[in-house]
Parts: sequence; C-alpha cells; structure tokens
Amino acid sequence: MNARALVGLVVLIAIVAAVILNQLRDDGEGVRIGFVTTLTGGSAAIGQDMRDAFELALDHMGRTMAGRKVTVLYEDDAQNPDIGLQKTERLVQRDGVQFVTGYIWSNVLLASYRAGIAGGAIVISANAGPSELAGAQCTPNFFSTSWQNDQTPMAMAEVLNKRNLSNVYVLAPNYAAGRNMVAGFKRSFRGTIVAEEYTQWPDHLDFAAELAKIRAANPSAVWFFFPGNYGTQFFKQYAQAGLLAQIPLYSTFSIDTLNLPQIGEMVVGSQLTQHWGADLDVPANRRFVDDFRKKHGRTPSFYAAQAYDSAVLIKSAVEATRGNLQDRDALRTALERANFESVRGAFRFGRNHFPVQSFYVWEVVRGADGAYALKLGDRVFTDHADPYAGDCRMAAAP
Amino acid sequence: MNRGVLLLAAALFVLMVAAAPAALLLGMPYLLSLFQKLAILAIAAAGLNLVLGYAGLPAFGHGAFVGIGSYTVGILAAEAADGALASAWLQFPLAALVAGLAAALIGAISLRTRGVAFLMITLAFGQMLYFGAVALERYGGDDGMIIVRASAFGDFTLARGFGSYVFTLAVLAVVLLLMYRVTRSPFGFVLRGAAANERRMLAVGVAVPSYRVGAFALSGAICGVAGVLWANYTAFLSPAPLAWTWSVQLAVMVLLGGAGTLFGPLFGAAAFVLLEEVLTGALQPWRLDWHIVFGPLLLLVVLAAPGGIAGLLGRPQHG
Amino acid sequence: MTLFLEQVLNGLQFGVLLFLLSAGLTLVFGIMGLVNLAHGSLYMLGAYFAVTFVAWTESFLLGSIAALLSTVIVGILLERSVVRGLYDRPHLEQVLGTFGLILFFNELARLAFGPAGLSLSPPPWLAGQINVLGIPYPSYRLVVLVAGILAAAAMYVMIARTRAGMLLRAAAANRGMAEALGVNVRLLFLAVFALGAALSGLAGILAAPLLTVRVGMGEEVLLLAFVVVVIGGIGSIRGAFVAAVLIGLIDTVGRAYLPGLLRAAFAGPVADAVGPALASMLIYVALAVVLVLRPRGLFPTAARTDVAA
Repeated sequence: MNARALVGLVVLIAIVAAVILNQLRDDGEGVRIGFVTTLTGGSAAIGQDMRDAFELALDHMGRTMAGRKVTVLYEDDAQNPDIGLQKTERLVQRDGVQFVTGYIWSNVLLASYRAGIAGGAIVISANAGPSELAGAQCTPNFFSTSWQNDQTPMAMAEVLNKRNLSNVYVLAPNYAAGRNMVAGFKRSFRGTIVAEEYTQWPDHLDFAAELAKIRAANPSAVWFFFPGNYGTQFFKQYAQAGLLAQIPLYSTFSIDTLNLPQIGEMVVGSQLTQHWGADLDVPANRRFVDDFRKKHGRTPSFYAAQAYDSAVLIKSAVEATRGNLQDRDALRTALERANFESVRGAFRFGRNHFPVQSFYVWEVVRGADGAYALKLGDRVFTDHADPYAGDCRMAAAP
Repeated sequence: MNRGVLLLAAALFVLMVAAAPAALLLGMPYLLSLFQKLAILAIAAAGLNLVLGYAGLPAFGHGAFVGIGSYTVGILAAEAADGALASAWLQFPLAALVAGLAAALIGAISLRTRGVAFLMITLAFGQMLYFGAVALERYGGDDGMIIVRASAFGDFTLARGFGSYVFTLAVLAVVLLLMYRVTRSPFGFVLRGAAANERRMLAVGVAVPSYRVGAFALSGAICGVAGVLWANYTAFLSPAPLAWTWSVQLAVMVLLGGAGTLFGPLFGAAAFVLLEEVLTGALQPWRLDWHIVFGPLLLLVVLAAPGGIAGLLGRPQHG
Repeated sequence: MTLFLEQVLNGLQFGVLLFLLSAGLTLVFGIMGLVNLAHGSLYMLGAYFAVTFVAWTESFLLGSIAALLSTVIVGILLERSVVRGLYDRPHLEQVLGTFGLILFFNELARLAFGPAGLSLSPPPWLAGQINVLGIPYPSYRLVVLVAGILAAAAMYVMIARTRAGMLLRAAAANRGMAEALGVNVRLLFLAVFALGAALSGLAGILAAPLLTVRVGMGEEVLLLAFVVVVIGGIGSIRGAFVAAVLIGLIDTVGRAYLPGLLRAAFAGPVADAVGPALASMLIYVALAVVLVLRPRGLFPTAARTDVAA
C-alpha cells in the first residue's frame, strides 16, 4: 500500500463521515416545515416576498404552534422542475419535514408533489394551481392556499366581456400554468380570439418577434400572462415598440406590488382580477399588511399573502391535533376545515382541497404620495369553485 | 493496474454496499438516495469514458443517450396504463438498442470532423435531441412528467428502495467489468492506439473510423442503460438529462476522476456527488453555493493534476 | 411584408449581438487554441456592471463606458492569473477548467450583485421608435444594430489595415514563426484576450436593457456563440460576422414562420408540436450540415482547428 492511496482512503472516509454527520438531526418534538420557492434568478423577488411573509407569520405566532417550536427550511428551486423535485425529496428524506409548502411554479409543483407526499409530508401549494391537481390527480395530502390557475383569468375574461371587446390576441408562456391560464381565459371570454401564442419558458425574455406579430395582427386588445419579472419585460418592450398607445393591454398575474414600481407609469388605469389585495378590509389582512410594511418597507404581493395563509393554515391544523404530528390523517382532517383567519376573508376548501373563494377587480392607481398601488373594485365571482373540481375523485388516504 | 487506485475503488464499493443496511439501521433513506445517484452517474460516466477517455474523442452530447434511456421508460409507462410495457426485460434491451443506434449514427456523422469541430457537432446533435424531447408534449414536454410505473423484472421492481439500490450497484459492477474486458480486447487496443497516433493505426491498415463508431455505439448503449436507471430513480421524466450542461457534467466527472482509466468515472461521480452534499451543508451558514469551491477545484485539477483523481493516486498503467 | 421586414430587423439585431460575443471567442479560439467556456461569464459581468454603473453615474453612456472598462480589467486579470496556463492544454482539459470558471463567476456574481435578477431601462432618449421603411422600430434596438455593425467594421479595419492586425494575422497563421520573428506573443495573447473581453462585455451591456440581467445568462448565449464560431470557421472574424447574422436570421425568422408553414403544410396537432421544436433546433441542424459539408467552417483559416483535442 502506498502513501497516496492511504491519503485517498482517509479523504474518502472523511467525506463519507461528513455526509453522514450532515444528516444527523434533532428529531425532537418540533414542527418541521420545508419551503420550496425561487430564491435565485429573475424571479427571486417573488420567492423572497413569500419567505418574508412566511417569517412574518411565524413572528406573529411566536414561532411556535401548539407550544411546539417551528423550524422552517427554505430551499431554492431555481424555477426548475428537476431541482424542485430534488429539493422536495431532500426535505422529506433528509430533514424529515412534516409539511412542504411554497411552490410558485405549476411545473415545479407537478414534478415535486408526489415525492413530498410519498416521503410522509403534507404538501401545501402557496401559489401554483395546476389543473391536474385540482382534477384527475387530486390527492388527499395536497392542499392549496391560492387558487386553481384557470380561475383568475376566468374572472379577467368577464372584465373584457363587460367592455365588449372582441378580436383579442392571447399570449402566455408554454408551461403548465401558461396553458391553464389560457384555458381559463377562453372558458369565460365571449369575443373572438385572433391568435393564441405560447412562448418558450423560462428563458424567453426578448419579445421582439411576438410584438412584431401583434403589430401585424392589429387586434383590438391583447391579453397575456407573464408572471413577475416576465411581465415587467413584456410591458417595457411593448411600450418601447410604441404599441402602448395603439392596442390596449390586459393581463393576469403580470402586475403585482413587486413590479409595480417599475411599470406603474405604463399600466396606471389598468384593471386586473385577483382573490386578494393589500386593501382588502379584513382584520387579519390589516394586521398582515401593516406589519409587513413596517418590517420591510414595501407592500406585500399576493404571493406573500398566500404564503402567510399557508403558515396560519398549518398552525390551525397543528393546534387542532394538539401537536400530534405523527397522525397525518388527523392533520389532514383538521386542514380540510380551513379553520383559520385567512387574509382574504373566510373561504372553504372544495373537495379537491382548493379554495372556494371570491374574486374581485383591482385597478392600478397613483396614490397621493405619487406611488402606484392597486385599488379594490367590484366583486366578479362569489364562492367560486374551479372548473376541474368535478373531475376529482378523492381517494381514501393511503 | 495501480494498487492505490484499486484500493480506493474497492473501498468505495465496499462502502456503497455497506450503505444499504446502514441506511436502514440508522433511518437515513437519504444516504441510499445519494449513493444510488452516485452509482447511476458513474455508469453513465463509464459509458462516456470509452469515447472520451480511451478513444480520446471530445464528445459532449452523451446526456442525450441517457435521455433516450429515460424516455424509453417514461413513454412505455405512459402508453400502457396497465403496465404491460413496464417490464425491465423489455426496457433495458430496448433502451440500450435505441441509444446505441442513435450513438452509432451520430458518431458516424460526427467522425467526419475532428478536434473542436467534433466537440461542437456532438454538442449540436445533443441539442437537437434535447429540443426533440421538449417537443414531446404528450410526455410532458418542457415541464416533464411523473413516471407512474417503475420498471420491473416480474415482481422485482426498480422503484426507489433497497432492491433497486442493490440492483444499481450490480449494474455498475457489470459495466465496469465489461469496460475492463473491452479496453483490453483488440478493439480497445485499436481505440487507444488511434487516440495516441491515428496515422500509424491507419498505416497498418486498421479501419479506425469503424472502430470508433463501434465505441460510440457501445458507450451510447451504456448511457441508455444508465438512463433507464435514472428514470426509475427520479420517477420523473424530463428533458433535463439531454441538456448540454448534463453532458458537460458527465465529461467533468470523467476528467475529474481520470479519463481513460477504469475507475476514473467512479471516482469522478463520487467526488461530484459527495462534494456537492458535503460542501452544500458546510457552506449553508454563509449562504454560499458549493460551486464557489467546486469551480476553482476543477481549475486546480486541470492546472495541477491533469490525470484526475486516478492520476493523483499513482501513475496509471494503462487503466 | 412589413411583418417580415420587422422580423428581419429583429434577426439582424440578434445576429449583431451574437457577432460581438463570437468575435472575441473566435480570436481566442483561433490564435491561442483555447476553448473558453467562461467567455459567456464576461458577457454576464458586462451586463451586471452596466446595471450597477448606470445606476451610480445616472448616465447610460458614462455607466456603459465604466462597465466596458471594468469588464476589460476583469479579462486582463483573468488572462494573467489563470487562462494563460490553459493555452497549451488539450481541449478537454480547457473545457474542464473553464467550466470551473463559469461556476466560480456565477457564484461571484450572485455574491456581488445579489441573487435576484436586475433590470436596466434604455436611456429616455432611446425609449421611443424610429421609422424604418414604414415600421416604427424601437430606437434602442436600432442603436444595438448600428453599434454592432460599427464594431464589426472597426475590427475589420484593425485586422486588415493596421500593424497590430498584421501581427495578429501572423500569430494566427503560424504562432511559432511569429514568435521566432520577434513578436511578443505573450503580450499579443493578453491583448487578444482583452479585446475579446471588451467585445463580450459590450454585448452584455447592449443586451442588458433587452433582457433581465441574471446569473446564468452567459451560458444561454455561450452555446450560440460557439455555433457561430464553428460555422464561420475558427479564427475568422469575417466568418464570425457572416455566421452570426445568418444564425440570428435563421433563429428569429425560423421561430416566426416555421410553425406557421408547417401548419399550412400538415394541419393538425403534430405540426403544432413539431413546429416550435424544429425552430429551436434549426441552428443546430445548420451547424451539423455546415460541418458535414465543410468541416472547417464557411471561412476556414490557417488556425489550429485540427489540433487533436
């Protein structure tokens, strides 16, 4: 045996020992929550907003649920389904979390939810709402504190219907949520759709080719879904192409409090639909929004509100079961009651575990302080259930 | 074979075998996941090593052949809901065959070029297959798709667990044994000889190109087998393995471990997977990514130890 | 017709950006024989520097100049510290080492500029449109197009008409001979690398207002730049220009029209699925076809393309 081989052996043993030590954890009695969201790249602002809201919720509950200490592990999915799946698997297998929440992107959630459930956790989406999970693939240990993807664009289509718009050009990114959004919009829209275009996801940020097509098609309006940073890019390039004054823009999930400072000037007066807004007059919401503003100096986004709700929802279930985290069936039954003060006001879970809730119109306004904000308008849908709930045959829990 | 290399390889293998009962006893399923990932990547890297290391051809599109393997599993699982096509007896040969044929075809075309052009054309073919996979919307397209049914030999399922872990280790052992035999056969001597001096080989009348196409086919088939294992491991079908970054990562494993050596791919995959795990944990308090260490480490290997880990352990005597 | 013209303009603008990226890559490739995967990192750094310095100086022009200089400085430091040691290595090792550099630079950018994507607006005086043959085309995109063409022209003049260009051509054709004739090859290599960094940085600066500046943006374009270099012929600036414009046009026009053409030819869901995929593949198909027919690219040079890898 030579010296080099010995060194190699020692290094190998040291690395493997480190790998094993890495996995030792204090199993304790605490509540362990995994939070999978996007913390790097163009969409990191969304993930950060969700994380800030989740932390605020923990502050509000003294970082305990039913007297048990809460540990949250935040993981970055890099907006990529494969990475989201890996991180989810790690959270349940290595870190032994009882709940996995977060999930901005429908494709990431679709890749990950099964691993989370198979690992013994309850999965709660705080944003993504793919049709599969609301319908045919609905599953007992999955919940959503947001909406099903189709619902918000369905409400938006009603806004366009009221304005008697016809000849609308439709654009969305080509991934699970983009296709749902378009399906939802088409389900409620009564005018004609000139063209339905899907762009590559997630790297497509230069919309020059699409804008040229819109100019040539000359529709009476454009409706699109480009979330967060993609929306910012689209609005800016639309304005640069000189189309803003020519063809009115309508959108869903593309204007939020995070990108409003950058695009406010271009979108002032626009209407959008949502299930929640910072000015929704609900006691829980006032506390959430006021404290969030105090702590972070900005208005929380709807992503943040959903993350906050998921923390409070988990707390309601842990308290209902008196902290018995081993009994997943009891936790699930408690979750199904949605017995907590949601920042959107009262709602109930449908049988597919998606919220049945109201949707309203918001309008972009310029406040007295010169900052842009969203102002609550009329209610579009009351107690709205998503269109896939009927396809859900909820099996008995495994 | 160098004794240091052999020793370390044996130690690693013993460790991986011991990991199975240890993980069960310690209640650490993640340990098993980690080592299984390591073993699958080592199989794919061993396949690539035949072309990249022994034949000395800078191929950068082998992720595509892993992808062909995993799409074989995913498509067959999706097309027969009753699992009629989920037989591993069908899937392994089919994946190896399709990946091998694709590799032979791509190899035959790419071998018309050399040097950097070869590197680029293999990469280009990899990209074509990647976008081809993205276009398969029926099988999830860009978003990917959960694979609902694992491959199985009769009642023996390859779904994640103790059994599939042991099976993966067995495949790794068989592949390494195969590589040992192949690289010491006349076929292997021609590949290595042509890598060292192509003209001499041609001058003595050896049809070097057909040997190289053969190497491509075999290496593609091994990557296809790795793809079947990968699909069962992740239970998720996605175009990710076909992306060029995956191909480069496989090459990085081969070079890091020691190109053209029998155990190089195993060492490289181990270094890659275990360092990721250890560094990610160690750097977490500072919110740093492990790449900030791994990147400079790769550079250091190139500048100070171009033979990779196997080279560091001692001068390789032809593998 | 105006739609087609607008798509062509878009393709040209994209092609010109690709040229800026590829010009440095092809020189480094052709003259030093280095496969530099980290070239895309300089593009990323240029974009990050642009966002940072434009915010500091509150002037798009001043900020861009500062960003350009900073990228060149990074390029010089990189060459002197690490890259110099990679010139005489086999291509495989160069790939490994420069891949390590990519990982490092990505993390460095994340640390220095934060994990979130950054955005930069074009200056107000370029936010409008200019009428080009009846199309109201965004002024900023037009400026990108013109800047790229000017850079290409300047490169051409420098290489074909100046003493520095002569040395460069000499070193590219036969490095040993140039060295024997007293050319300071080390200095020349440094200059070439710095020039490449400058062009790549310029591409990043120009692209910043069109995209979101983020970690990983370098790898997305790196591959396209390599395609351009190989199609054009390694080491050939002229080849890089022709190939970049070609690839820009094929990609943009292909994406815009191929799905429609396929749908017209074979109606149905198959065409819907195949169209966009084929459009994304088009440039790689182009690369494979060119390499099979002309293994040394469209404009082969005497550069060391056939050095064993």
